[in-house]
Amino acid sequence: FRETNNESGDSKLRLATCQSLWNQIKSETEQIQEDLNKQLFDNLVDFLRRSHLEFQEKTTKWNCQMKSREIPAAALVLGVNVTDHDLTFRSFSEVLRNNVTRYIALLEAKDCPDVKNLMQKLMGQLMNCYIEVDSLEDEDSVQVSQNRIRCSMTSLINWYESVTKTTDSETPSKKRASSSRLWLSPPVVVIFRDMESFTTKVLQDFIVISSQHIHELPLVLIFGIATSPMIIHSLLPYSVSSLLCIELFQSLSCKEHLSSIIEKLLLTNQFPFKLGEKALQVLINIFLYHDFSVQNFIKGFQFCMVEHFYTQPLSVLCCQLVDAKKRVNSLSHDQCENVRKLPSFRRYVEAQVSEKQIALLTEDSVLKEIVQKLLEDMDVYHENYISVLRCLHVFTSSLPKYPLGKQIRELHCACLENQVWETEEYESSLQLARMLNKSDLVTMLQQCVEILVSSSGNEFDKAVEKLKEFLTQFQKLEEAFQERDVSVSSQKELQKKTDLYHLQKTLLELKESRRSKKLTKFEMLRLEVVDYIDSLVRKYLVPADHKTLHEIVYFNTASVLRGHLNAAPRIALHTALNNPYYYLKNQALKCDGGSISNKAPDICIVYKLHLECGRLINLVDWLEAFSTVVMSAEGPNADAASSDQVDDVVHARFIRAVSELELLGFIKPSKQKTDHVARLTWGSC
Amino acid sequence: PNLEHPAYPAAALLRLESLVPCRESQVSMLLSIFGERQQFSFPSIFIYGHTSSGKTYVMQNLLKTLQLPHVFVNCVEYFTSQLLLEEILVQLQSCSSKPEQASHVRCNTSNDFVRLFKQAVVSQELQDQTVYIVLDRAEQLREMEANILPAFLRLQELTDRNVTVILLSEIVWELFRPSTGCFEPLTLYFPDYSIGHLQKILSQNHPPEYSADFYAAYINILLGVFYNVCRDLKELQHLAVLNFSKYCEPVVSGEANERDTRKLWKNIEPHLKKAMQTVYLREISSSQWERLQDDDGDPGQLKGLSAHTHVELPYYSKFLLIAAYLASYNPVRTDKRFFLKHHGKIRKTNFMKKHEKTSNHLLGPKPFPLDRLLAILYSIVDNRVAPTANIFTQITSLVTLQLLSVVGHNDQLDVPRYKCTVSLDFIRAIAR
Repeated sequence: FRETNNESGDSKLRLATCQSLWNQIKSETEQIQEDLNKQLFDNLVDFLRRSHLEFQEKTTKWNCQMKSREIPAAALVLGVNVTDHDLTFRSFSEVLRNNVTRYIALLEAKDCPDVKNLMQKLMGQLMNCYIEVDSLEDEDSVQVSQNRIRCSMTSLINWYESVTKTTDSETPSKKRASSSRLWLSPPVVVIFRDMESFTTKVLQDFIVISSQHIHELPLVLIFGIATSPMIIHSLLPYSVSSLLCIELFQSLSCKEHLSSIIEKLLLTNQFPFKLGEKALQVLINIFLYHDFSVQNFIKGFQFCMVEHFYTQPLSVLCCQLVDAKKRVNSLSHDQCENVRKLPSFRRYVEAQVSEKQIALLTEDSVLKEIVQKLLEDMDVYHENYISVLRCLHVFTSSLPKYPLGKQIRELHCACLENQVWETEEYESSLQLARMLNKSDLVTMLQQCVEILVSSSGNEFDKAVEKLKEFLTQFQKLEEAFQERDVSVSSQKELQKKTDLYHLQKTLLELKESRRSKKLTKFEMLRLEVVDYIDSLVRKYLVPADHKTLHEIVYFNTASVLRGHLNAAPRIALHTALNNPYYYLKNQALKCDGGSISNKAPDICIVYKLHLECGRLINLVDWLEAFSTVVMSAEGPNADAASSDQVDDVVHARFIRAVSELELLGFIKPSKQKTDHVARLTWGSC
Repeated sequence: PNLEHPAYPAAALLRLESLVPCRESQVSMLLSIFGERQQFSFPSIFIYGHTSSGKTYVMQNLLKTLQLPHVFVNCVEYFTSQLLLEEILVQLQSCSSKPEQASHVRCNTSNDFVRLFKQAVVSQELQDQTVYIVLDRAEQLREMEANILPAFLRLQELTDRNVTVILLSEIVWELFRPSTGCFEPLTLYFPDYSIGHLQKILSQNHPPEYSADFYAAYINILLGVFYNVCRDLKELQHLAVLNFSKYCEPVVSGEANERDTRKLWKNIEPHLKKAMQTVYLREISSSQWERLQDDDGDPGQLKGLSAHTHVELPYYSKFLLIAAYLASYNPVRTDKRFFLKHHGKIRKTNFMKKHEKTSNHLLGPKPFPLDRLLAILYSIVDNRVAPTANIFTQITSLVTLQLLSVVGHNDQLDVPRYKCTVSLDFIRAIAR
């Protein structure tokens, strides 16, 4: 932020705006996550509570005695987006700590190559968490004893007994409140974060060991599973899995998670910052094509925001409307000039009459007024846009084959990209909408009415009225329909007396006439409805970049985003070696495509030369070519001396460059021919 | 009374007999080996038999009812030799009558162990009795230091004390014998329980509310369903308890009395069959099963673990996995034919050699280098794929998900080789 060429006050303001906005968004996303996970966590907490009821009550019923005690285990299927799991587990253990038990150990496969390490880790975590809770105890003594402690189940049980006993014997007044929530002998929860990566032996041994002591230690296992629960069966043999009492819990799929995030972040008017079509597309593509990670999506979103506030000086105005208006008033002259430079604003100015054009371009106060008005327009536009988008989504999401996409995000992208009503997909979806049956149409209309009523924009009164009118018309139509049915049936009764052939004929005629007649009426109404929706779309779903001043709130430089988020090491390496100017910014290195400059670093020369070779490269030829290129730099005065003999220095430089290339993995020594190296890459990249 | 031994009180023997049904011959055999308390017994005994043939149970009850000084250790639980030896010493200290606080001792080697063991025996006044050390799941001993197993086998000789080591295992002695040779223990085989034995043992623990005959009839039905698939006593007992309440239902509601076996059978049989497909395989947990029973729900609503086989993967991960599968199961020679547009003519005659007729699926996946994977990926994906870091990280994440596996050393950066570990069905589901 400091490097921008504006005065410091402005950039500070931008920084502050950005940070406060990000904090808002962050808390919002966390809230969403919490809500989404709530169901899952509730179920899990329930399960944990239930799992050791028997241990609690110490029942002596016949069937409890007879049943072999299984270790309660929860299989938690979380989906393949491993990067998100961290957060989930963290919030989960938080929930557990507050509601069920404070004895939680979170184990990762990389920490537990064998049972010994697993036990050490487990005991370390459990005992530490005990210390955390009541820090009355002398930390030092515990620290020392922990090193000496024998990492076996027996010592764990002893520890557990002592812990629960001390909790019991402590002053009731202090513990009363908490013990209603945490009961006397809370279960010990062991979470295996990534079940797939654990070696089978470790898991099996641990389960066998703990099953021996399940009577003394109320253990609950939670397996975090990324792929499918089948992994349990493939990891554990029957003799081990029969010791477990596994229940399955499935988290929400990450796609749904993303949809809700998009819904809450992008399709509201709550946050002034918006993503343009291309940027959003890049983020969604990364999500769908690569990692399925919601965390990364949010990070990408954050990056967009920071980039936007950093590069766009006018992003000061990217805040809530009330603040924005105030800030417009205090805009400096430079900032006004910036506004005038915006392409969308220029388009706006050109559309005005000439006097006004001059006023806008010369007087700051006029400009400010207009900017305020435009910002207001923008706000209203967003509000309407979202509502109408949802309405349109109601229609398109139920069409066969989903010409405009199933998810609202696809529709959103389509609308942002260009005028949606000009696309083929829109045309085809309207055509399909004209073929909808009545009940669907009615329910859709009702949904639309709900959406429009709930939106805060007040422009929709008329639209709502219109839609309601349609609904009543449909109702009337239905009534008429029924009435006619009755009359027709009476007609039929009358005709029953004629002979069979005639009856058939007349009935057929009747049917046809009835169908055509009624359908025309219904069809007309349907056409009207679709046309009306079409008009709504045309009015409100104008793409954002047609709006004046959209640059202030929209971030749309997808190339920057792509460059930062889609790391391409091979391509970067190629550019660095092929075109060193790109990174070094040294004027001497600036060259035109094909030729090999001798001022470039040695490795670049070697690299370029090797691009011209086949799979096997003759080192002598390569050296020859290298020295030719290098020598041409030295000028014509030196060439006579070293025409036949390669200079030692050049030779050394060459060897160093080649070994550097080998280090980078472009070549390797070949055993097929001496004096040759093999290329490991193909083509010219 | 089948068990007779002059050294032990008859009442204790009788109690023992009631505790270990169907194992009388083994117990009497053991008793005759043990001899009287003060007599030296055979130095080491090796007992083997299939899962849940009562090895541990018989030994525990035998030693406990006859009040013989003993130490009982599970070798899986004490996974290092140090832990194991220390545990034996700790138990030994506490096994005498006086409840003195067992002090912790450090014991790293078998040499130390012999010394400390001698001390412990003296301090506990056990010189004139045989001390029994039972090592359950003794197959784990093979994975500890090489000297542990031979040392245990001739512990009597090493310590010069009256001690007998009993090894319990599920595998035969031949698999234990170290290459250097060792003292041969006395081996004893516990055969599997027959169906009659199972019936007898299971019916023994009938619930107090119902008569023994009623429960025996139930066990009979249960065995009829499950005996073909499961002979594990523990598991059968578990299943018996789980399903018993369902069996009793008609009796409780008054529809049938306890003697009406036919009616009861009709009621329970389909239920048990369902249990075999679900609970027994741990598709759904036993607590879920109980809850289902309680509210008479249909188990169809609860999907088992294997029902959720579908794995959602990102777009390129799918292609990567498919490419990996192709690379694993297709020979390298055919790549050119399958993935190149202008591959030239295929000579049909000698394309199929004889030994290649066996399906590649039977041979299992073959390792392939990273380059080949990427080359196939580029050719099967329609549009251009930029070789971004995202693609490479996806390969690693597929490895952590155990869908691919790295062949060879993990830290070999040069040319990593992978194998595809998923099945054809999985790939089909993904490719859809």
